[in-house]
Amino acid sequence: MSATEPLSPSPAAPPDDRRLTFGGYMIALYGIVWREGLRFVHQRGRFLSALVRPLVWLFIFAAGFRAVLGVSIIPPYETYVLYEVYIAPGLIAMIQLFNGLQSSLSMVYDREVGAMRILLVSPYPRWHLLLSKLVAGIFVSLLQVYAFLLVAYFWDVQPDSPWGYLTVLPALILTGLMLGAMGLVMSSVFKQLENFASVMNFVIFPMFFASSALYPLWRIQQASVPLWYICSYNPFTHAVELIRFALYGQVEWTSLAVVAGCATVFLVAAVFAYDPSAGLTARRGGPDAAK
Amino acid sequence: MTAATHGAGAAPALSVRDVSHSFGSRKALDGVSLEAPSGAFTALLGLNGAGKTTLYSLITRLYQNRSGSIAVLGHDVRRDPAGALSRLGVVFQARTLDLELTVLQNLLYHAALHGLGPAEAKRRGLALLERVGLEARAKERVRALSGGQMRRVEIARALLHRPSLLLLDEPTVGLDIGSRRALIAEVRRLIADEGIGVLWATHLVDEIEAADRVAVLHKGRMLFSGDVAALRDRAGTDDVGAAFMAVVTEADAAAPGASAA
Repeated sequence: MSATEPLSPSPAAPPDDRRLTFGGYMIALYGIVWREGLRFVHQRGRFLSALVRPLVWLFIFAAGFRAVLGVSIIPPYETYVLYEVYIAPGLIAMIQLFNGLQSSLSMVYDREVGAMRILLVSPYPRWHLLLSKLVAGIFVSLLQVYAFLLVAYFWDVQPDSPWGYLTVLPALILTGLMLGAMGLVMSSVFKQLENFASVMNFVIFPMFFASSALYPLWRIQQASVPLWYICSYNPFTHAVELIRFALYGQVEWTSLAVVAGCATVFLVAAVFAYDPSAGLTARRGGPDAAK
Repeated sequence: MTAATHGAGAAPALSVRDVSHSFGSRKALDGVSLEAPSGAFTALLGLNGAGKTTLYSLITRLYQNRSGSIAVLGHDVRRDPAGALSRLGVVFQARTLDLELTVLQNLLYHAALHGLGPAEAKRRGLALLERVGLEARAKERVRALSGGQMRRVEIARALLHRPSLLLLDEPTVGLDIGSRRALIAEVRRLIADEGIGVLWATHLVDEIEAADRVAVLHKGRMLFSGDVAALRDRAGTDDVGAAFMAVVTEADAAAPGASAA
């Protein structure tokens, strides 16, 4: 590459080789995850609400509806399970959904305060920066999920074997990737925080309720066939099922395919949306261009 | 790529050639050319809405120029973005420090984005903080700093990866007169000591000195580019502010068809 020839030895730039190295890629990734972790530690409120939200569902909602909503024996469960046990995977996915949208909410915020600009002037390619941002988001969501699982353990909501805590990890990484990438796409499309707040309502609630998080799909089919179609095509349903089976050391192949497929599509869309030549930023006049 | 050599043949810190950019039907930049040499202070003068922010967005590759070319020390932003961005330091108009993190943490984060490991970043970061007189505040949260101090941290941050070009977008907005003077003096010292090129966007003419270069951007077009003396001569006045306004007014008078946006 011509860029590696000794450049004009201007006093500011002594003969330097500024190729991007693999080590540099790793340092950039590490830096982005490190910052996200630091911010997470500083925002105790965020951690607390991320933990309390699913616990409220688990302790109160599930206890109240235990009697109303009977769950028959469906895979992966081999015995009758308590309603709490049934909804735990859905609540885990909810943690990740909130986290994915929240970290992109922070991107919208970052963009408004300009921190996003600092990220984007890095010489590393956009896809690497976005992927690093996603890895950082997944890292934070894993902390939240395992904190939730710990509390749930003492509430007697446990997988059938302790191995479940390990086998669920790859599923969590994949679902975190899908939901995080979805958030990234949304953050590129919505410019203002107000918009985003309403998107939270229009996205989180429909996605969560029209899924198998709170009730098995066969129950929905009994109630309404169109709704059942919606639920079975909802990627969130497949995130929930992937987690549910993984907790029991099993793989739900359809869900795996759907989640992996959606993750890929969202990821490509996010890279496109933030691409400087093709992306939405150029077309829309950029984050802080004239209104 | 032509081999850049010592002296006259050396690539300028920043070279912008015939760049246009539109948002929908609105033309934000129209055939803009500009050069900011190394070791010099180039002031980009323009009223609000002149297109300064768009130009900065293109130089920093927030989005890409579709026409013309932009090069940082000979590295084309479009063809060799990594080469260009790694030689570019930016201080944006909006404050871009993370208020919750400490001064040093902010610097380490930025260094990581440029591929600098923590040990080297810390060494450079502390040296730069000393330079801007803030080494004692390294462990404090940014939130505790004043506006002028934050700007100085941002300048230290922009210099971490040893850029050849420093871009500043109206850096003195919101600062009191003392902080303003200190900031300008600091940047001028940098040019003298390190020989970097500086492009300083502003609408405040009193930030310009006689030896500087000036570029006047108005409604997306570059009306003038040269040294201060030439601008004064062209407008026939000794006052830089009056000369700037004269150039702008002349352009408006020449293009009455351009209705106000």
